[in-house]
Amino acid sequence: MTSNIIGILFDGLAYGSLLFLVGVGLSITMGLMNFINLAHGAFAMAGGYVSVYLGQKLGMSFLLTLPFAFLGSALLGLVAERLLFQRLYKATHLDQVLFTVGFVFSSIAAAHYFFGASQQMSAMPDFLQGQTRVAGVDLGKYRLLLIAVVAALTVALHLTLSKTRFGAQVRAAVDNQDAAAGLGINVGLIFSLCFALGTGLAGLGGALGIEVLGLDPGFPLKYMVYFLLVVVVGGAGTIRGPLIAAMILGIFDVAGKYYVPEAGAFIIYVLMIVLLLAFPSGLGGKRA
Amino acid sequence: MIRRQFLLGAAATVAFAVTHPAFAADTIKVGLVLPMSGPFSQYGQQMQNGIKLFMKEHGDTVAGKKIELVIKDDGGIAPDRARRAVQDLIVRDKVDILAGFTFTASALAAAPMAKEAEKAMIVMNASSSGITEASPYMIRIGQTLPQITEPAGRYAGEQGFKTIYTVVADITAGHDAEAAFIRGLKSTGGEVAGSLRVPAQNPDFAPFVQRIKDAKPNAVFAWLPPGEAAINFIKEFNQRGLAAEGIVMLGTGDLTDELTITQTGDAGLGVVTTGHYSMAHKSAKNEAFVKAYLADYPNEKWPNFLSVSAYDGMAVLYHGLEKTKGDASGPVITEALKGEKIESPRGPIEIDAKNRDIVQTIYVRKVEKVDGRFANVEFHEFPESRDSAAAK
Repeated sequence: MTSNIIGILFDGLAYGSLLFLVGVGLSITMGLMNFINLAHGAFAMAGGYVSVYLGQKLGMSFLLTLPFAFLGSALLGLVAERLLFQRLYKATHLDQVLFTVGFVFSSIAAAHYFFGASQQMSAMPDFLQGQTRVAGVDLGKYRLLLIAVVAALTVALHLTLSKTRFGAQVRAAVDNQDAAAGLGINVGLIFSLCFALGTGLAGLGGALGIEVLGLDPGFPLKYMVYFLLVVVVGGAGTIRGPLIAAMILGIFDVAGKYYVPEAGAFIIYVLMIVLLLAFPSGLGGKRA
Repeated sequence: MIRRQFLLGAAATVAFAVTHPAFAADTIKVGLVLPMSGPFSQYGQQMQNGIKLFMKEHGDTVAGKKIELVIKDDGGIAPDRARRAVQDLIVRDKVDILAGFTFTASALAAAPMAKEAEKAMIVMNASSSGITEASPYMIRIGQTLPQITEPAGRYAGEQGFKTIYTVVADITAGHDAEAAFIRGLKSTGGEVAGSLRVPAQNPDFAPFVQRIKDAKPNAVFAWLPPGEAAINFIKEFNQRGLAAEGIVMLGTGDLTDELTITQTGDAGLGVVTTGHYSMAHKSAKNEAFVKAYLADYPNEKWPNFLSVSAYDGMAVLYHGLEKTKGDASGPVITEALKGEKIESPRGPIEIDAKNRDIVQTIYVRKVEKVDGRFANVEFHEFPESRDSAAAK
């Protein structure tokens, strides 16, 4: 029985990790930059296609494709930001929503044009297949990878934003653009890099998620709810908030589906309502 | 000057069209409603390929009439678009026959108009039970969900599995599949130990699969929408070692469709499904069909049940027109086709004289690797299967 509960907790953490991976980039673009970016999934999808393309056409191993998925999406994000998104930073939120939804539909059409409507697969190496037995509990190897990546990513992001010069500039630019610009910080550049970081993370999440989420042109719309859920419950603009939110949502979702499968589909939404009532500005709180 | 010539030309064309209605009588226009764009565009493509392949092999003239196709896109499960497409086809394009219809929603949206206009409707895939009642001129060539699912239950019963679980998507089709499977199982005296309904949109199947694993049944019957849900479920089933523990996975062909069988990969090996068509069906007709298909469409996914149903739909249409000597009016051609039997790449099929629904052999297949590619290899059959839900 206890091994049962530990197994569920593990699966929950792994699922939470996946939610965090696909959602954390959005916390950066939406939270730090106060830009309603519904196009997040488009960049996640781009990362997924980069990984699949490199794996299938060039025979690269799955793990090796991950950095390219990050870089590819980040580059795409950078170009899109310079050409399109930055024009809407000062626009109303409704305009941002309309624009980014339009961007999503364009990206769906583009993915359809280049890769067709079919589901893509990622070639999981053998050592990530199946389960491994640790202290009497079966743990999925791919799921262990998800958890490990999230742990590493959280530390890296935290250090980048709180300890580096770049992080300080980001925080300054977010808090007060005019003052930051007055101090000689190139706010435009900072925002571009931030956007690239957010979209790069989306791409990494998209690539890592293929095994569970699948990948087809409908990706950005299909999973939009999940990206938003993590960021809204976690509180946009932080790393800690979405992390806690993703883990809570993941564990409760998995446990709910296991113990009360009849209610399985609703638990994640009920939890969202409860958490938002208790923490209207998200678990991570609002940045001052 | 150029402008005047153009106007003159246009006027002449209009005059010609108005004064020569007889021109149309030598052609029969077939209006196809298919999902050519959107998430199901592969389905539409499969069907269009099947239709084109048939016409390439059998020519575009039958009973002295030239067959002309008008293809309209309904973009997937979108009854409103299907309705508009059919209205356009009947009123503007003046088609003689309607065909296609990948989804039940489209077929049911079109039925009232087809009935009103007395147009025959050849339903090539829509598979909810009993839809041919919606119009007296509707003929179904594809399959029905209970028709392919019930044999899975009968097969499970015959195997003598002691405990069987069902897992279905919590949507109408899933409920229908669950009911049909249990009906089939009960007909052999068997019973299910438990039924699980899961969200159709579900990113992670881990908790459900773990639940099944802990219940330790002998077999699991699954019906999930084709695409990432079916793929993920099979993968998770394999990853958690259920297959290795000897739990047999049963399902309908939707689980191991030729469109997704490669993505599922090795995880799908050993999955047992029931269906009306497998690309690996052993018959001279099917081998010729698959060869011709792959030769014409080398870059597309393998032919699956959709391309065969569309191919057969055209075969039935040609047979009907030959019988009526080119009369394409709904009542006449429908009457001519009642009880029609043809030899399809999938095996013998028949149009039920009573309800114009499809009667065909349902095969039990197992996923195996044949010559390096994954295939649904048939090993048992239930001949002359009907829609078991409509029959009751």
